[in-house]
Amino acid sequence: MIQVNDLHKAFGQKRVLQGVNLQVERGETMVVIGQSGSGKSVLLKHIIGLLKPDRGEVFVDRVEITRLKDEELRQVIRRFGVLFQGTALFDSMTVGQNVSFGLERYTDYSPEEIKKLVTENLAKVGLREVENLMPYQLSGGMKKRVALARAIAYSPDIILYDEPSTGIDPIRADAINDLILRMKQELKVTSLIITHDIISAYKVADKIAMLYQGKIVDSGSPEEIRNSKNPVTQQFIHGRAEGPIKSW
Amino acid sequence: MLRSAKIPLYYFNSFLEQVGEVGLLLVKVLKNFFKRPWEKETFIQQLEEIGVKSLPVVSLTAAFGGLVFGLQTYIGFHRYIGPGSETYGGPIISLGLCKELIPILVGLMVTGRVGSAMAAEIGTMKITEQVDALFTLGADPTRYLVIPRILASSIMLPCLTLYGDLIGMAGGFFYNVYLMGVNRILYIRNTLLYIEIGDVLSGLLKAAVFGVIIALIGCWQGLRAEGGAEGVGRATTRAVVIASISIVITNFFLSKAIPASWG
Repeated sequence: MIQVNDLHKAFGQKRVLQGVNLQVERGETMVVIGQSGSGKSVLLKHIIGLLKPDRGEVFVDRVEITRLKDEELRQVIRRFGVLFQGTALFDSMTVGQNVSFGLERYTDYSPEEIKKLVTENLAKVGLREVENLMPYQLSGGMKKRVALARAIAYSPDIILYDEPSTGIDPIRADAINDLILRMKQELKVTSLIITHDIISAYKVADKIAMLYQGKIVDSGSPEEIRNSKNPVTQQFIHGRAEGPIKSW
Repeated sequence: MLRSAKIPLYYFNSFLEQVGEVGLLLVKVLKNFFKRPWEKETFIQQLEEIGVKSLPVVSLTAAFGGLVFGLQTYIGFHRYIGPGSETYGGPIISLGLCKELIPILVGLMVTGRVGSAMAAEIGTMKITEQVDALFTLGADPTRYLVIPRILASSIMLPCLTLYGDLIGMAGGFFYNVYLMGVNRILYIRNTLLYIEIGDVLSGLLKAAVFGVIIALIGCWQGLRAEGGAEGVGRATTRAVVIASISIVITNFFLSKAIPASWG
């Protein structure tokens, strides 16, 4: 469903991606793990067309998206729901307006139907009667859930999660993990999750890929990753300061 | 020696790069200008933000601009031409205010109030990934953020200028007629005799161009902000400085290009 071939990206002298290859099958939950600053979010932004690569290709259902024009790209992007790292809720809008934003642009529903869908999607993530609140009135965990409701509101078939458990306490992080699993079971979506939280990765992943020095250096099922012989993977999953990963 | 020669070259390259960025944004705006969906809500919100909320600052600036212009014109006529000639200050005040002073003052005031706010708001959206979120939720950032602001700004600046013209002329009239005792009938007659509609229109045309400059530069700086709160602060300062300088420079060329007698 998503295929990334030999993706390269540099910002000035800094080479962030140096030949990433990744494949995500339909209905699968792929988790990309790696250090902070290893280029995970840059990879995600290439998959939704927010960044153009220096070299390489990104296919979404055999459509190569890196060379698409804006209008064509928008048709592909409609299939994605994205949960951004800092939630990226529009702070000048209410919760209800945030969740209805994609619905108004991607669907032909009437205002009444949209209102109903907003309530339904907020209920899916366990929130009720928050439509009229502003994002600054919400806690970190609630913001993540509103952002997830916004991402799934227009029924995308691929959901991308950028660090879904970052910035919230472990209990709320686990609640978010449960939501991710529920989205998979109930909506049958394909998911790509970017995280450095290995506990979350084990819980939600069908497959895990390790990004290091701009490349995928290891991949497999959670069990295979746990038993991997790759010293980089071992150092990362055990959170050791000593090992081949030196950069801070 | 070689190193010191490289520094001006660096600044020149950087200048060209930035001109290119603004040019590309302008091309994107023009390409998307008539495409649907139109962001009516943002547009109306911006009309209020740029126009209605700028009224107090424009009123004060124009009133005192008119008063001081009236004061200097009165002194000029009284000292160099002689008592009684002050009634000819009316058309000079009106001409100076409508063609030059009010468009520039309104442009600079709105730059400080609105251009900076645009850069700060869009810059904050950029660094908190809200601009990326717009894109993934089906709203083109150029169409959603930039076009309504440019359109609202280019409409509201002439309106504010026209309003400022009236307030400024009233200020000049008040100073001369009520404070200095210049003949009211002659002052009004001379003003109406010599001021042409083209003088007012040329100021409004300038204001519309300044409106485009303010919004374009504010949005451009916001969209290129990076690096957290410091980056947003830098973008805001740059938006004000670049837009103010551009307005002053553009004003000269527009004054040269617009015929002296219009309409």
